[in-house]
Amino acid sequence: MRYLLLLYSAETAGPAPGTPEHAAEMQQWFAYSSEMAEAGVMQAAEPLHGIDTATTVCVRDERTLTTDGPFAETKEVLGGFYLIDVEDLDAATAWAAKAPSAAYGSVEVRPILEIDVPG
Amino acid sequence: MALQSKVAEVFAEEWPVLVATLARDLGDLGLAEESAQDAFIEAAARWGPESTPDKPGAWLLTTARRKAIDTIRRQQRFTDRLPALLELANVPPPEPHRLVDDQLALVFGCCHQSLNTEAQIALTLRQVCGLSTAQIAQAFLVSEATMAKRLVRAKDKIRKAKVPLSVPEPEQLGDRLTAVLGVVYLIFTAGHTAPDGPGLVRGDLCDEAMWLADVVAELLGRREAAEPPVIDVTDDATQRADHADSARSALIDGRAETLGLRALMLFTDARRAGRLDERGELVLLEDQDRSQWDRAMIDQGHDVLGDALALNRIGPYQLQAAIAGAHSSAATWADTDWRSIVWMYGRLARLNPSPVVLLNRAVAISMAQGPEAGLGAIDEILARGHLGDYRYAHAARADLLRRLDRTDDARAAYERALALGGNEAEQQFLRRRIADLS
Repeated sequence: MRYLLLLYSAETAGPAPGTPEHAAEMQQWFAYSSEMAEAGVMQAAEPLHGIDTATTVCVRDERTLTTDGPFAETKEVLGGFYLIDVEDLDAATAWAAKAPSAAYGSVEVRPILEIDVPG
Repeated sequence: MALQSKVAEVFAEEWPVLVATLARDLGDLGLAEESAQDAFIEAAARWGPESTPDKPGAWLLTTARRKAIDTIRRQQRFTDRLPALLELANVPPPEPHRLVDDQLALVFGCCHQSLNTEAQIALTLRQVCGLSTAQIAQAFLVSEATMAKRLVRAKDKIRKAKVPLSVPEPEQLGDRLTAVLGVVYLIFTAGHTAPDGPGLVRGDLCDEAMWLADVVAELLGRREAAEPPVIDVTDDATQRADHADSARSALIDGRAETLGLRALMLFTDARRAGRLDERGELVLLEDQDRSQWDRAMIDQGHDVLGDALALNRIGPYQLQAAIAGAHSSAATWADTDWRSIVWMYGRLARLNPSPVVLLNRAVAISMAQGPEAGLGAIDEILARGHLGDYRYAHAARADLLRRLDRTDDARAAYERALALGGNEAEQQFLRRRIADLS
């Protein structure tokens, strides 16, 4: 069973880049990712640039509208994701709880909707 | 669903077993429930006085499995698994130890923390207790459509997100069981506190909750007895012995608290008749007519609590039950064993540090050692910055000041309590107390 772990946190939460705390957290992320890889559960994982680099696209009446940001007033933003393959929701939430950012942000656990491609 | 008497008779016992077995067979709670329901409908149509099967449980399981296969074929769900499912029709009913696990798994699945509390309650009543959607909707004063939607959403989430229907590992068993007992207690409280609604009498929810606690305690006991003996043959024998030990230990902890909760509910329910006056208003424990209490139920509560305490694993529900038991056995409010109650609240506060528990302890202190000591205990809680906006704390404080003849301080405390709101009956009660002061 595959799940996407969506890592949300306030952009100001967590240690600031350049501080020793930030370096320590990076080590935690590496350790977390290695543990997942060793357990054979990780299929993909990427961190994302900040929301100030985001662009939003929508198509209405056949016209493509491209805007800067979402800049929604949401407190927490998506900072990265892990795609994992584990036994069940308990296993997925256990991995989610181990994410370093879970201590100050939150992790949304979403089951993948598997679509059988006929063929 | 109108059930014939024989069918109704086996329903209570066989429903949770049937749903639990089917849930494991099929890996889908919704389909398990539908097939179980279809099997009972067929039983109602077929069973007569002369034609009841020898083993109703096995008959129901075979019928339900056939119904499930029919449904799958019709809906073309799980078509890839159909060959395996077809085999089900010939699989014998599960062994007793497997059944225990299936039933526990069903309870833990329904009370999984990935579902919201309302959904956990509804699922448990539907899947484990076998209440109909209409009955649950009536009990919680929502429309049947709303309740049906709630149940469908919960079952969908269990299937799509693969919420495990299994007995948790020993490390998680304690937390998971706390969630289960929380659901059971919420069902009980819903039946106990609200006025009786139409149709399903809400008091029935109390019976369902007590039945659930009984079943869970029984299942935990049987599971404990079935923990495999440790055979010392492999290198990792020590590790396995540790695992079996911690599993057994977690199961005993769980059973002690489940029995404690059952005792607490028995003591509380035994006082149902004295709780309200003729006008339907709440009567304080202090003022209740104790002759109205159900003595047989209180005795049963003491028996169950005795069984819990004999396991020697004290926990919050057992302590609350012991406190309720001490009240239930006392001839009057003044005659209550307050010293024991003070001790039990102290113990409870250590397990569950809550200012409200400490406030109850302070009231017990005032009864055991006098109002001065009780007042000191309340002021200590307030000095730590807790319960400043809690009207019962100020009302309790006011009562103690009144007993100490500190009339002005008492009035001020009653007024503080009054200013913090409360329902009309409570407000009237406080105003009467203020009027009586002068």
